[in-house]
Parts: sequence; C-alpha cells; structure tokens
Amino acid sequence: MRYDISEESYTTHEHDVVIIGAGGAGLRAAIAASQEGASVALVCKSMLGKAHTVMAEGGAAAALANKDPRDSWKVHFRDTMKGGKYLNDWRMAKIHAQQAPDRIRELETWGAVFDRTPKGLTSQRNFGGHTYPRLAHIGDATGLELIRTLQEKGVHMGMDVFMEFTVRRLFTNNGEVTGCFAYDRNDGSLHLFKAKSIVLATGGITRCWAVCSGSWEYTGEGHALAYWAGAEIGDMEFVQFHPTGMIWPPSVKGILVTEGVRGEGGMLTNSEGQRFMFDYIPEMYADEFADTEKEALEWVDEVISGKLATKRRPPELLTRDVVAKAINSERDAGRSSEHGGAYLDISWRTPEDVKKKLPGMYHQFKELAAVDITTTKMEVGPTAHYVMGGVKVHPETQESTVIGLYAAGEAATGLHGANRLGGNSLSDLIVFGKIAGEHAAARAEKIDSFTEIPDEEIADVISETLAPFGREGGENPASVVEDLREMMQEKVGIIRTGTLLNEALSDLDELEKRASITSPGGSRIYNPGWHQALELGAMIDVSRMCALAALQREESRGGHTRDDFPESDHKHWGKVNSVITQGKDGSMEIEHTSYPAIDEELKALLDADDLDQEGE
Amino acid sequence: MSEEVTFRVFRGVGDAHGEALGKMVDYTVEMDEGMVVLDVIHRIQAEHAPDLSCRWNCKAGKCGSCSAEVNGMPRLMCMTRMEDIMEETPEGEPITVKPMQAFPITKDLVTDISWAYEMNKKMVPVNGPEELDWEFKQEEADRIQEFRACIECMLCVNTCHVLREHQKFDEFAGPRFFVRLAGLEMHPLDTENRIPEIKEDFGLGYCNITKCCTEVCPAGINITDNAIIPLKERVVTEYYDPIAMIARKLGLKT
Repeated sequence: MRYDISEESYTTHEHDVVIIGAGGAGLRAAIAASQEGASVALVCKSMLGKAHTVMAEGGAAAALANKDPRDSWKVHFRDTMKGGKYLNDWRMAKIHAQQAPDRIRELETWGAVFDRTPKGLTSQRNFGGHTYPRLAHIGDATGLELIRTLQEKGVHMGMDVFMEFTVRRLFTNNGEVTGCFAYDRNDGSLHLFKAKSIVLATGGITRCWAVCSGSWEYTGEGHALAYWAGAEIGDMEFVQFHPTGMIWPPSVKGILVTEGVRGEGGMLTNSEGQRFMFDYIPEMYADEFADTEKEALEWVDEVISGKLATKRRPPELLTRDVVAKAINSERDAGRSSEHGGAYLDISWRTPEDVKKKLPGMYHQFKELAAVDITTTKMEVGPTAHYVMGGVKVHPETQESTVIGLYAAGEAATGLHGANRLGGNSLSDLIVFGKIAGEHAAARAEKIDSFTEIPDEEIADVISETLAPFGREGGENPASVVEDLREMMQEKVGIIRTGTLLNEALSDLDELEKRASITSPGGSRIYNPGWHQALELGAMIDVSRMCALAALQREESRGGHTRDDFPESDHKHWGKVNSVITQGKDGSMEIEHTSYPAIDEELKALLDADDLDQEGE
Repeated sequence: MSEEVTFRVFRGVGDAHGEALGKMVDYTVEMDEGMVVLDVIHRIQAEHAPDLSCRWNCKAGKCGSCSAEVNGMPRLMCMTRMEDIMEETPEGEPITVKPMQAFPITKDLVTDISWAYEMNKKMVPVNGPEELDWEFKQEEADRIQEFRACIECMLCVNTCHVLREHQKFDEFAGPRFFVRLAGLEMHPLDTENRIPEIKEDFGLGYCNITKCCTEVCPAGINITDNAIIPLKERVVTEYYDPIAMIARKLGLKT
C-alpha cells in the first residue's frame, strides 16, 4: 500500500547538526558541536542516559600514567595496533592514544568521580592487551559514570533532545547529506530533520546474534543508514566475541561479565581444574605473558599491593579474541564447565575487595544466578559484544565518504583493526565523538541555508515506515528476528567456514522475504512489534555485510576465525581491509583496500618481531 | 523445569491528563529456569501481543529502563526473578504487572517521565577548579560514588508519597534528585552553595524521611540516611544555626 503524503502529516525541524545516537559518542559530539555554536538536535532511540554505553563496565583506557609512570601514548598506540593485528588505521590509533588522557581528565571537571590512586589522582586498572594499568574506572560501572557525566553536561548546552525517535533514512543531494527522516516511538508521529551535517553515533550490531551482550538497540541502523546513503562500510567481518558472558541460567545467557574480573586477578579454569590459558599464548605475545602459574600469581601480588609490576602478566589478560577462542577450544575438547563454558574464579580475593572493585558483578550473579562470587566460581562463555567494522571515516575529521556525514564510536571503523582492546571503546567514544562534533559544526558554519528535500523522497520513506500496518495475516516480527539471530549464531559465529557463510547469505535472502510481509498489528502508539518490523531491514543488511566480508577473507585474524583457513595469511591479508558499498542496482558490493603506509617514526614503536612476520 | 505462569498486565493508554484508560489482561505462557519478569513480558510479546509496550535496555540492572509495579511492588523487571515472584504470589493467583503509578501513562507499561529530564536541567553543574587534574582522596570519593550509582529508574520517585499521592512535582525535586544534589553538595572540589535552592526551590522540607525511597532502590543507595538527612542537616546549619546566621550577616561564607 502506498501512502499519500498529503494525508500523512509530519513535523519539520531544522538544525545545523543532527546527531543520531546518544551514547558516549553522540553525547560527546553534541557537546562539542554545541560548544562550537551550532544548533544541535540529538536524536536517540531510548531515553537519554539509557544508551548502550551505560552497560560498559571495566573502564576507559588512557595513558594517564597515574598507576605506572612507564606508560605513555606511545605504548598505548603500540598495544592498540598489536591487539588489532595491525589492521587498524594507524592514524586513528595515534590520535586516540594521544588525546584519550585529556578527554578523561575533562570528564572529571564535568563531575565524573573515578576511583582514586593513593595520591588522589584517577586510578587505573589492568586489562587485556594493555601493557600497563590504564583503565580509568569507577568500580565496574564506568559506562554509567561516563554517560551520566556527559548527559549532565549536555543538558546545559542548549541542544534539543528527541528521545525515543528512530531514524529511518538519510537524505543526500549530489553526494552531500541534507537531512534525515525519523518517527517518534511514543506516538508514531513522523519527523523530517533538515541538517547541514549529520553525525552517526548509533553504536553496533550485535543484536544480530542469539547470544550477545547488547540491548534491543543494537540492530545496526547506523551502519545500514550510512550504507543506504552511499557511504563505505569497512571491516564488517570483524566481530568481537567477548570471552566472558554469563551462560547460566538460560535467560541471562550473553550478559556481560567484565574483563575487570580478570584485571583484578580472576582465573579461568576448565572442568579438570586447569588454568588452561597457559596453553593458548600466541607466539606474538610469548614474551609478555607469564608461562607458569607461579609467575602469574606473583604479578597479581605485585599489582594488588600497589607495586609496579616486574613479573609478566597472567595469560587470562590476553586479548579477547584469544581468550574467547580458548574457551571455545576447551569446550570442543570436552573440558567445559557444567553448562558449556569455563569457570572464572575471583573468590580467592577477600569478599571486601570483590565487593569494592566489582560491585556490579557481585550483584549481577547474586540476583540473576543466585551465585555468590566471593565464595563460588562463575561460569562464563563467549558472547557477541562489539563490531570492529563500521562506517569508513577520515581519521582526522571522522567524515564518511558521504560529504557532511560523520561517524564516531562503534558505528565507525578504523581504530580497532581486527580486534578491539577492552577499555579502548569508552575512550574511542569521547576522543572521536568530540572530533566528529567539532568538524560537523565547522562544516555547518560554512553553509548558509538548508537544502530542500524532495517530496517524493519523503513520501517514499513514509510509505515504507507505515507499510507494516497495511499488512495482515503475516508473521509476528519477533519470530523472524529470533530466527535471524539463531542463524547468525550458528553460521556467522565465532568459528566460521565457507560453506556456512554461503548458507548464511542465502538464508538472509529468505529472511528478507519473510521480513517484508510481517504484520505486527496494533496502533502507532508505542508499538514494539511495529518497531521490530522496521528494525529487521537494518538487521538483515548488516548481517549480510558481516557474512559477505567473512566469506571473502580466507584467513583467520582477530575477531574473524575461519575453520577452513585457520592461520593468519600475512602475505595476502595482513594489510588489507574490506570495503562494502551499495551498487547502482541496489546489490551489495565488496572490494579490498589498504590504509596508507605507516610513518617510519610510528613504525619504530611497533614490535619488530611482529612486523617481520607481516613481511615488512 | 517447565511450568505455566499467568500474568495480569495493564493494557491501555493515557487520556489527555495521562490518566489510565484500559484494563488488566491475562496472558499465560511457559516459564524456563532462571527467568526474570522481563523475560515473561518478552515471551508475551513474542507469542500473544506484539504491541505490548514496555521499556527495557540492558537487562542487567544497569540502565533503569524497565521499572514497573509487579504484584504492587515497584521493581526493575529485569532484576526480579520469577522464582521469588512465584514464592510471594498465592497459589492459583495471577501475577500483576502495572506501569509506575506516579507518572502519566503513555501506553501499557510505559509512562511519561519527561518531568525527570526537566528537573535534571535545573541541577547546577559541578563547579570546581579550572585545571584538568583534579585531586581528591578515595575517602572523599567514596561518599559521593554511592550517589553516582543511581541508574535513574525513578522507582524512588514513583514510591515517594509527596509525589505519588500529593503530586508535588512542581515544588519537590524527589529522592532521585536529592541524591544528585547530595553528590554535588558533597563533591570535595565543588564550590557552589546549593543549600538555598535545595531548601527553597527543591522543597527538601516536604520529605518526612519515611525511607520508602531507600527500600525500593535497586542500586542499594541509602537515599534517606546518606543523601537526604545530611542535606537536611546542612539546611538547618545554614538557616537556623545562630553562629552561621551571624557569619552570613557579616558576609562570611559558612
């Protein structure tokens, strides 16, 4: 059914900068753009302060060197590149490492209250892949602190906030962004936003997997909106499966267990009681990790007593890709915990320490699993957690290949390469959120007037948005979503094969057909069935991007593991990033490109051994 | 373990004043081990009522979106285990789920909490040193970090009789925002004098410390003892302590 726009009214808004998404990146961008004098609309799917950032636990990585004076942006840069298996945009990794400390300090002047060192500075904790204690944190609720601080700062900046709005489409004219179209989830009303710049800060896509740590919001609309508008989407094969999600009882499966548990000395064991991570230390990390339990325990003792570490780190603090695959391998070898994962034990520390450093985990296990982690081991297993892939952006401006369209945070790609280090996400949000907001505002300032958006384009998106109400007798959208998530879990999961990925691509075509005829019923007022029917479009396209890019990359690296190509192929793939675009006929196209060669000065900071391996 | 459970859920919308227009509807679904109330609501959406409205995000007690009244008690649906609910519900009775009653209703379990965002804007931000490196001790941080744990679920506001029964939304900031104000007032580096507005604009005097707010806080914040009572003490010192009054007349900061 087509809708005549003369019968469907919509409200028009005009703002210099429209920011889509109000997690850490969106809020930081909105603050920056407002400070530059732009009029700002902040459009978000949830209520303000509830976005996905609120769930981040462990901390924000920044080389403040408050806990260990040996730390510096150079070591942080090196750790980030190494963790990303050198597929990162080194220019973003450099900017991130250099600017993260000031972004963290700035948060404190806006009211954040991080845990302190004995001297009264921001304290820092150890995390996987970081050479030194580097994560500013407040217990294990750092995301809450970050989003609340930005929210409290943001509401005084004069921006207009549109809560519970979902953006359906971006408009462009001659390759430049001109606005977007949204509906209000509360009352179903329709809204046109004219804008001179748009910032995508929409987070990730992990709701496409059955076992994930993400909320309903993580349906990949930002990735899809950019793709539909003609932007390049990069590195979509790289999905991070966090090694430690809850696995029991079934209803909590996937909920995150912070890496901070391991940073505080948590040990991973299998059904035979072995600390199995000693068997999974990759060659490239062999020099940096303890190879005996004795040394690992000595490191923990040093760190807990506040000394500078002289011993090597426990292998539980290897990068997430390595730990997740190790837990998977132990399960396959028949050594899993009772419910198919691994045991994670922090109970050897005092109950007071556990409750002070990991209060959220203590409550989460006590209330959801009836487990007291001060006395009992946790059971954990991998959960889809983060997508390294996203909108390709200019490293210094965060502008995408569509002029005036910017992206920051998880919606963008580049910083994390093939695998993100824990703690680098929260600092990513505030470093690149600020940069995106500033450049979006600077562009808006140079433009005098808003561009008219053609009626037929508006009519088209209205028709598409209301289409589910014109259908009867179709499936409940929830069942299509459930099948999509199960399929992605099985076929585009932590271990992939060419056969499964090909199957996934044809399954997605079938799911797309089913999605196009769902009928949620009900009215336009706060109707989750209707919302889900619409979200399916983005979920299917981002799932397709992931499967397609994974099928093409015939090697294993970071967050992409092929059972049929289990080794890293440095010669062919070591410097190659996938790029997906929408072809003229609407089909999905993929090619491969490389970042410019790294500066010699920065190259000298990287591990010479690794670079040899890369064939440099 | 698979047993059936019946939920009696409010279905309806708000009138022009946000008053509820609707009825309680029964839904019966199967229950799996370890389910929380929110899981059952999701199952009802998936099997019976795709348009049943409810807010949720993190499903782990971190975002404060899924507040509702379950068996008459204000709670987060994501942190309320069915095991406990079954235990408290009389045999054969349905479990009732209603939206928060203190706020205008939008639809089903969703309420209009825009008041909270308006109130948030009235909080004067932290006002400390110009430089970026702020130094303060963990002992000083401890006190306010308790308040920073607030997830803005609004269960305390929903429970507070000053707001729920007397609807003093225009004159009273409510427990959530006294927690916020206490966090600012007790910040070791904040220099703002917040006591006059806490007394005059935010109506602290309305609170008669019945501790209902503290009882329902899912973040375990001692709202009454650690936020509201210390603020009341500061108001007393500022306004009714004779030495402080003289000092103020002489233009000295107390």
